[in-house]
Amino acid sequence: MNAPLAYIGDTPAQRLIPAQPIVRLEKVSKTFPGRDGQPVTALRGIDLAVPQGSILGVIGRSGAGKSTLIRLVNGLEKPSSGKVIVDGADIAALPEAALRHARRSIGMIFQHFNLLSSRTAADNIALPLEVAGFGKAEIRTRVEELLALVGLSDKRNRYPSELSGGQKQRVGIARALATKPKVLLSDEATSALDPETTRSILDLLARINEELGLTILLITHEMAVIRNIAREVAVIEGGGIVEQGDVFEVFTRPRHEVTRSFLADESGRALPSYVASRLRTEATAGSQAVIRIGFRGPHATDPVLARLARDLGIEANILSGSVDEIAGRPFGTLVVGVPEASAAATLDFLKKHGLDTEVLGYVA
Amino acid sequence: MSPEMIRLIAASTGETLYMVAVSALIATILGLPLGVFLATSAKGELFAAPWVNRVLGLIVNATRSTPFIILVVAIIPFTRLIAGTSIGTNAAIVPLTIAATPFIARLIEGAIREVDQGLIEAARAFGASPLQIVLKVLIPEALPGIVLGLTLAIVSLLGFSAMVGAVGGGGLGDLGIRYGYQRFMPEMMLAVVVVLIVLVQAVQSIGDRLARRLNKRIRHA
Repeated sequence: MNAPLAYIGDTPAQRLIPAQPIVRLEKVSKTFPGRDGQPVTALRGIDLAVPQGSILGVIGRSGAGKSTLIRLVNGLEKPSSGKVIVDGADIAALPEAALRHARRSIGMIFQHFNLLSSRTAADNIALPLEVAGFGKAEIRTRVEELLALVGLSDKRNRYPSELSGGQKQRVGIARALATKPKVLLSDEATSALDPETTRSILDLLARINEELGLTILLITHEMAVIRNIAREVAVIEGGGIVEQGDVFEVFTRPRHEVTRSFLADESGRALPSYVASRLRTEATAGSQAVIRIGFRGPHATDPVLARLARDLGIEANILSGSVDEIAGRPFGTLVVGVPEASAAATLDFLKKHGLDTEVLGYVA
Repeated sequence: MSPEMIRLIAASTGETLYMVAVSALIATILGLPLGVFLATSAKGELFAAPWVNRVLGLIVNATRSTPFIILVVAIIPFTRLIAGTSIGTNAAIVPLTIAATPFIARLIEGAIREVDQGLIEAARAFGASPLQIVLKVLIPEALPGIVLGLTLAIVSLLGFSAMVGAVGGGGLGDLGIRYGYQRFMPEMMLAVVVVLIVLVQAVQSIGDRLARRLNKRIRHA
């Protein structure tokens, strides 16, 4: 039925059709044999699709199963059940030799870089090409291209011990790109780096995604990584995906507790401690309702508090707030206190203005 | 010291070097693959063969726990089979090799196991076969450790070689016992000890220097 659509081919209109997923996990579960004979479930019923050319981030706490998940994609781990389809091939069903071949089109970078200490930057980048059986001259040209791409041409003869963390990860990225993969897997690639270096590595990944059209699947426990680079996000907890979708959607309207807890670490979402310590779940006489207001997209710059005072005569007390950018779009958060008696009217007013609201509790 | 003594010491030094060099060479050729296999064949590893790994481990341990002088005597029939004779320098190479092989295998196993597991994972991720991982990742990364292990093995072989005088193997140890001890020539004993000390020092410093040069993990000033 879908066959004729494929012939539309390269017309511009076709590009508007959502891209086919290049990586697809279908009902994937993974259990490990436990130490006491009890099997340990690392992943259960995972469904995940990574559209071609996108950057999808999987965020989760340590032990949530994200390392296992990313290792399923290049067959470093085999699923206990379910399918892992990469570029049309079922990775889990491939025989060893075919799997090795398939891995050349799936690059991977690591938290601790995993570079050979005995090889220079250039020779580390050359290694996947040697393994794939490329000729010497071909390897040399390709390595030069890659060094230039990651901005390390002047460091080609340096050993990893002579490079900074950020430079090592650049070598790691160049090595992962050596065999011209279609997918890049990033396993906590910036977790060992300082914020500034993290930023530059993420910029590099975003540039590679844009210029080479490379699909990136990354796992992280850092909100900042997702916010800066990912377009789609999946939140993983206890071996299952609890929330998934467009980064802006998920982060501005988090539905799951875990997503909220990740967001809580972000600036503007956390309550000031003097408020947090006095927060009660029940209203008492004369208490104030603490309301979080989320300003998304078109409403991000509305002077809504001024209107609240003018139209309803309700004076809101600003407790904390920030304006952020998530996936390139502005998003504001404001936490305000209003007299408990006016709370219902305030919420009503805010909702009418198309803002997200959440009652966090009450302070006496 | 008489010219005769110097000639004897020179000849014995030559015999010792010959025995140690040949046995170290053969033991390395045998011990390297054995060590690599021991390091990569436990459950869940590259060449997972847990039973073979366990049996080989037992054989290696058994050989290593046999006192060298007993090994020399115990394997005389085997020595005769290989070397055609059970006495002399060439015959001595057989027990020296048999004693050194499991020792070297264990040292190489240790050096290979020191290699960061993350490197194996990275190599698997870019499509390297197990053999490519051994040749292009594990051995190059373990090389400084392997060189230090071989240095230790050669120094131990110098010590072992002194015992093969028992089967007419010749060498410095034999010279020291026959002249220095049995003929009451303390100056000969002293000379033998001095030559051995010099040899051990030389081997150790060459090994250390080579290992240091191969080790790129440390930033060189």
